[in-house]
Amino acid sequence: MSFALLLIQTLNGLQLGILLFLIAAGLTLVFGVMDFINLAHGVQYMIGAYFAAMFCTWTGNFWLGLLLTLPAALAFGLLLEVLVFRHLYARDHLEQVLATFGMIIFLNQAVKSIWGAAPLSVPVPEALSGSIQLIEGLNYPIYRVALILTGLAIAVLLYFVINRTRVGMLVRAGATNTKMVSALGVDINRLFMIVFGFGTMLAGLAGAMVAPILSVEPGMGDNLLILTFVVIVIGGIGSIRGAFIASLLVGLIDTLGRAFGPQILRGLLEPAAASQTGRSLAPMLIYILMAAVLFFRPTGLFPVKK
Amino acid sequence: MSDTFTTPGAATPVDLAVQKRAGVDRKTTWVIVMFAVLALVPLFAKLGAEGYILSIFTRVLIFSIAALSLDILLGYGAMVSFGHAAFLGIGSYAVGILSAHGNDNLVAHLIVAIGASALFAMATSTISLRTSGVYYIMSTLAFGQMLYFVGVSLSAYGGDDGMTLANRSRIFGSTMLASDTAFYYIVLALLIVFYVLAHRLIASRFGRVLRGIRENPQRMRAIGFEPFRYQLLACTLAGVMCGIAGVLLANQASFVSPAYMTWQRSGDLLIMVLLGGAGTLAGPILGAATILLLEEWLSGLTEQWKLIFGPLLVLSVLFARGGIIGLIGKLGGQRHD
Repeated sequence: MSFALLLIQTLNGLQLGILLFLIAAGLTLVFGVMDFINLAHGVQYMIGAYFAAMFCTWTGNFWLGLLLTLPAALAFGLLLEVLVFRHLYARDHLEQVLATFGMIIFLNQAVKSIWGAAPLSVPVPEALSGSIQLIEGLNYPIYRVALILTGLAIAVLLYFVINRTRVGMLVRAGATNTKMVSALGVDINRLFMIVFGFGTMLAGLAGAMVAPILSVEPGMGDNLLILTFVVIVIGGIGSIRGAFIASLLVGLIDTLGRAFGPQILRGLLEPAAASQTGRSLAPMLIYILMAAVLFFRPTGLFPVKK
Repeated sequence: MSDTFTTPGAATPVDLAVQKRAGVDRKTTWVIVMFAVLALVPLFAKLGAEGYILSIFTRVLIFSIAALSLDILLGYGAMVSFGHAAFLGIGSYAVGILSAHGNDNLVAHLIVAIGASALFAMATSTISLRTSGVYYIMSTLAFGQMLYFVGVSLSAYGGDDGMTLANRSRIFGSTMLASDTAFYYIVLALLIVFYVLAHRLIASRFGRVLRGIRENPQRMRAIGFEPFRYQLLACTLAGVMCGIAGVLLANQASFVSPAYMTWQRSGDLLIMVLLGGAGTLAGPILGAATILLLEEWLSGLTEQWKLIFGPLLVLSVLFARGGIIGLIGKLGGQRHD
């Protein structure tokens, strides 16, 4: 376990964490304000990646493609909100889960029908290709560094919007007591459109940003969605700060566990057993973490006070 | 779901008892008709593609058992488990792993499946039940995923690809399960046994307490019932029942794979219960049959059947509250419970 490898894996973990945060931020706010579980949020991430692939091919330019992807992802999210989600807010959680599960089935297949089952790829933009030297003899792709920095910048921005602006104040108030906010004369439906649209766009942005480094394929949002749920449960539903900390925690533990789990166990077990146990245990780590958090704090690390 | 939780309202106890007796008798008749139709399936299967029809309907029965077990949690305990497919996985891996080591005795498979399911249910529920609402849904989902990844990492047992079983389980050397028709009737018999057991369970003191907790845990606590113990027992029983369904599923498909315990599979089970009618015991069976037959029919119609299936789910949630049983009740002009 050399230092260089540890550094690389830590950066990879950070990158996964940032990605999770971009998706979890929208999900946790939508849940916090509207008490609405949206399983189809992972689909927004997939749609973002597909839009990026499509627009980048059309325009032949990554930045133009990204610029077109954001409004397109936003429009698509709002369309779904008006057509389906709006009718689910007053329903109980189980019905929300099932209806949005139906949406996943439909949208995954629709994406497959439109763009085909084969993965698409998006070239890394010219300006961010290549790699930089972190320490002696260790290079890391610039694009991934840019991805981490962008994510951190968005997190900071989000922190200011939520804590320092009027809209942010309303969102926080909405997460605490929706009825009271509504009674005080705030158009809660409009507020929710804003929150939902913003969350959708962040998920779309996450998809667009990873399009150059991951393969763009149907169902790519499904597994990430589950991780995102782990994140918001650990962080406390409705809390942006919780989502941020939990995202990084989950990203790092998952990545480092998979990379070093078998090696660490080798000190305790014989090699064959260590590698098998390590491979079984590593993917379980974040769920064990979640179980531990829930055992001691059943409403997550940073519960929103109701 | 709130409309499935009907309360007696203003009717006097005597009225209610009379109504209820008439309702129960009619319901029992319909349930007997349903099982009779299922018992006739192998005869009809002889008219057509026998193996194909039998295999679909055997799956319907197996998923009926799984959905029935989920309904005990969901419909009677208001515990929305989004990780119930984990138990299908435990049951099928009990068959797969024992068979891989040369033990193909059904009794051994069942004992291991029941023990492992009970242990897993107790361990995970102890944590999940500390939470409520969405946290409960999400924690069950996460535990299901955890087990899924364990399945994927078991490279000695096929890993991601799963493994094919050499033969169906034997009952102390007897190969009676090898016959599709015999297997069908054994699964049907098990379904009926589980149906009757679940019926008894719900009507028992335990079932009443469970339903009380569903309506109002605080009041139940106030009159001296600690919800956790009852909920934990319900989770364990439901887990064991679904684990047995897993043993049957592995035998039906002669195949074991982590795909049995994906979160999508757990979602399917929830849909079966909700579409059929949560909080009714016949509902999950009707739901399982509807979903599996619809899938089969649509996928024969077009390769892109999910484009139809997905919106159907959304529409059924939006417009068919109370599920199929609820619709039947509305058509017949009577209330359901």
